[in-house]
Amino acid sequence: MTALVVSLVKSGLLEIQEYMRLQGQTMRGIVSRPFYFRDVVEQFEEIGIGSLTVVLLTGFFTGAVLALQTGITLDQFGARPFVGRLISASMIKELGPVLTGLMLAGRVGSGIAAELGSMVVTDQINALRALGTDPVRKLVVPRVLAGVFMAPVLTVVANTVGIIGGWLIAVYQLRVASSLYWTSVVEGLFLQDAWMGLIKPFFLGFAIVTIGCHVGLRTHGGTQGVGRSTTNAVVASSVAVIAVDFFVTRVLITLLY
Amino acid sequence: MVLAAPRSAPLEEALGEGSPIVVLDRVSLAFDDKVILKNISFTLLKGHTKIILGASGSGKSTILKLILGLLKPDAGVIWVNGERVDGMTELEMMKVRADLGMVFQEGALFDSLTVAENVGYKLFEESDMPRADVRQRVDEILGFIGLDDHVDRTPAELSGGQRRRVAIARAMAAKPRLLLYDEPTTGLDPITAITVDNEIVKLRDIENVSSILVTHQLRDAFFVATHEAVHDAAGRLQVVPAGLDKAEEAEFIMLKDGEIAFEGHAAELRATSDSYLKTFLS
Repeated sequence: MTALVVSLVKSGLLEIQEYMRLQGQTMRGIVSRPFYFRDVVEQFEEIGIGSLTVVLLTGFFTGAVLALQTGITLDQFGARPFVGRLISASMIKELGPVLTGLMLAGRVGSGIAAELGSMVVTDQINALRALGTDPVRKLVVPRVLAGVFMAPVLTVVANTVGIIGGWLIAVYQLRVASSLYWTSVVEGLFLQDAWMGLIKPFFLGFAIVTIGCHVGLRTHGGTQGVGRSTTNAVVASSVAVIAVDFFVTRVLITLLY
Repeated sequence: MVLAAPRSAPLEEALGEGSPIVVLDRVSLAFDDKVILKNISFTLLKGHTKIILGASGSGKSTILKLILGLLKPDAGVIWVNGERVDGMTELEMMKVRADLGMVFQEGALFDSLTVAENVGYKLFEESDMPRADVRQRVDEILGFIGLDDHVDRTPAELSGGQRRRVAIARAMAAKPRLLLYDEPTTGLDPITAITVDNEIVKLRDIENVSSILVTHQLRDAFFVATHEAVHDAAGRLQVVPAGLDKAEEAEFIMLKDGEIAFEGHAAELRATSDSYLKTFLS
């Protein structure tokens, strides 16, 4: 029993050490040459444009369902006209970043882990090294940059369509005047809220992509290992999204409010 | 155009004809309690071939990974192209790898790239060679291995033998002085395997590339050791049985339980009286 605990602690510490080392190598790769610009552009397209559909749909339906649910509750207080305020505050401060993060964890985190994992088990990573290419610079740096910078953009998109979704429900289902809804949306927002909604996705994007890369590059055990890595990446990055969101929110509340 | 790491004039002279291109001196490696290699020592001379035989799991591929710097030994010294590589960092190894080519088991081609992109990868991504020159070199090398009409195909569209030949083309594209082959014919039918063997022989004799061939396919090992590529009277490239001198440039190493059980030429290996070797050869 003790040996099992020691073994688990050891492997846990090893994972953390390797994860931190990958982050260090990634930072070095970002600020020094060679820099694979073409791969960075490709990843911006893959992670950014490629995730647009899922983020649009998630954002829209979240805003819509939020309007439906809160409309009922607000009715009890005769506060139905304030539905816009609730939706904008919820979407921009919390739901937009977290749901976009979770969608990216499912789509991007798993994709990265599966792709890099396949490259590991088919010796393509070793082939890259043999050909004089640092896999971290070639594969990890472009993905991290794309994840970090596209997550906020996608969050803004999710927030926007979420508020639009809420507007459709508010106007056509809850019978709130359109002008009243939009006034309420603007009134419900403070500059600090916008900052919080914009800053959080940088951290979430970083966590999702670095976890995906780390898990992918440590794949072993053939195709079965690739499957295991993919699952682990989604689970770990989804949990990380929630955890990082909590800690960053805590820090931002202290700093901004 | 600089494809390999620049070397000093004295070093270049020291690495002239007949000088060692790879030296392993008492190299050992273990993963946890499992000993993979124990006191491995050998020397590969320039233009020569070393053929490493052994059962699965005997540490053959590990030797190639050590030479390439993909793994570090627990003990011992490794010299490649006049550079001591066993303690090098990944960044320092990149310069040494500029002069090495490796053909991995199953090819390890980049499946998202076409044949031409795979072959030209090193030149395109890791050198300053103009794109037109890269294209020319890719065409030249695909012509050499007879796959010039497969330029725009992806690895998934190739047969097993074609994939191995593209892997050889990729490894030799930057004109390395040393090529490492990790089971290049495993899983191939005999006819296709001979095609791959021919490419190995041609590269060694025409492009003067030193090579280390890891395999457990005896037929291919002996073919490479006992054949040479020559131009016939009409100038055509042909692979023919090697003369005695040429055959002596290929040496066999047999690994058993992580140690060298035999080192010598093809004729010596055939004449061995060691029971393990005899079983392996039978």
